[in-house]
Amino acid sequence: MPTNVGADDAPWVDGNALAGPLGEIMGTDLTVAELTCAGCRTTRPLAAMRVFDRAPGLVARCPGCEDVVMRVVRTAGRVLVDLRGSLVLSLPVPTA
Amino acid sequence: MALITRGFGGRRRDDTDLPPGQYRTDDFPVLSAGPTPRIGLDRWELAVVTETGERSTWSWAEFTALPAEEPTVDIHCVTHWSKFGTRWRGVSVDTLLADVETTAEYVVAHSYGGYTTNLPLEDLLDGQAWVAYEFDGEPLVPVHGGPARLLVPHLYFWKSAKWLRALELRLDDEPGFWETAGYHNYGDPWREQRYLSD
Amino acid sequence: MARAAIPVRLTWQPATVAATRAETATARTLVLDVDGWTGHVPGQHVDVRLTAPDGYTAYRSYSIASAPGPDRLEVTVQAVPDGEVSPYLVDVAEPGDQLEIRGPLGGWFVRRPADPRPALLIGGGSGVAPLMSMVRAATNPTRLLYSTRSPSDALFTADLAAAQTAGDGRIAVTHVYTRVAPPGSPAPPRRLDADALARVAWPRDADAVAFVCGPTGFVETVADLLVDIGHDPTNIRTERFGPTGG
Repeated sequence: MPTNVGADDAPWVDGNALAGPLGEIMGTDLTVAELTCAGCRTTRPLAAMRVFDRAPGLVARCPGCEDVVMRVVRTAGRVLVDLRGSLVLSLPVPTA
Repeated sequence: MALITRGFGGRRRDDTDLPPGQYRTDDFPVLSAGPTPRIGLDRWELAVVTETGERSTWSWAEFTALPAEEPTVDIHCVTHWSKFGTRWRGVSVDTLLADVETTAEYVVAHSYGGYTTNLPLEDLLDGQAWVAYEFDGEPLVPVHGGPARLLVPHLYFWKSAKWLRALELRLDDEPGFWETAGYHNYGDPWREQRYLSD
Repeated sequence: MARAAIPVRLTWQPATVAATRAETATARTLVLDVDGWTGHVPGQHVDVRLTAPDGYTAYRSYSIASAPGPDRLEVTVQAVPDGEVSPYLVDVAEPGDQLEIRGPLGGWFVRRPADPRPALLIGGGSGVAPLMSMVRAATNPTRLLYSTRSPSDALFTADLAAAQTAGDGRIAVTHVYTRVAPPGSPAPPRRLDADALARVAWPRDADAVAFVCGPTGFVETVADLLVDIGHDPTNIRTERFGPTGG
């Protein structure tokens, strides 16, 4: 996810951008986790969600219905992950 | 303390009239938690809804016919930038609430696109807040909240909801989009109330 | 099969600029030495963090452009006008300078060496960077379609030609120029369209996987065109640039 800019570009990046901020606190790669959107009930990898990162936090939205599926806010001493927009979070079982 | 990178200047922080932890910018950064709503003026509407469910609404023509003010204010974003001397045109919230009967103490601002933010009602009164529809002499562009946005310059700028659709007057406090996700419930930049724990 | 090589404890670690290489007038490759770096899976990125003397920090994400290897990696950075991090990386950083990185990151937009499927890589502008890593590491049939405005905007021109030569028929590189074609080129500049994609696409029964990386509009368009020409949507992986102020 190199950064680039264009006047017409949408103000979001892929969920891939969450790999660093979430990996740092979770110790695992959450971008391969699948989330089921509470709005439209479709399921996608977090990597395929749209992340609005020019904001006070990171806001992941479903590319289908644009509802919020995850919010990540870094405060002074904690990282908050709000998942009320997701029904299910499923992760691949780690293999050695 | 992180490793310092030679030659990386970061942001200037030499202004004395900045709230703590802020730096000054002359740009107007665009922050958004979602797609920019595009609202045609023909179907735009602003509502004030009281705790009893009473609604007052204004069409665009009605809204822009209200007495307007032209505040010049400093704004402070929780992402650490401040912008001095921004010029706006808008309707004072006092004007919108002049004929509204309420005993509410709290307000939730609702935006087109679903964003919400909560404020004490008293912070919107007595000339402290506007619903602004021009910036720097031009119609407010959608990325900055047009057609009209809330303007509450004495609080962090996430309280100044873009794409304002309604002010909901409430007896109880209802935390909004960022207030439920770790940000401070009130957000006074001079007391650096960024996060819940501050 | 090994999953993405994510350390048990993902933290910022120091990196030293070992060398820099100009790629175009506005893009540069930084070679970074990182003690204990164990390599990456092609397609992964790192977060790069800069810290000013007053403690102010800023970070951005950059794809790794080099082939996987220990103790060293390369990122290729396109300068973003008025950006905060990219102008430093493109114009200021010198060998010996230190910054911090976090990674390797992301287990979704990756081509694992063990994946036997042929790949179609489609890059727009500096979106070619993670695809360059895939080309460098390719052990299976790989086609790259690279769209830029003009030859002078293209990254890795010599490296791509060399990879194709060394690939012994396994690697095919096709350039598309949207504004200015090279001198003497018989083809006029053109947008990437279904015809151009169909010419490089693998046959439907090849079970190919497609990786698309570039500006948001480019990726949306290409992903739609791939589906239009019959590519299985579940085998298309995309990575978009944001407008984030580099």
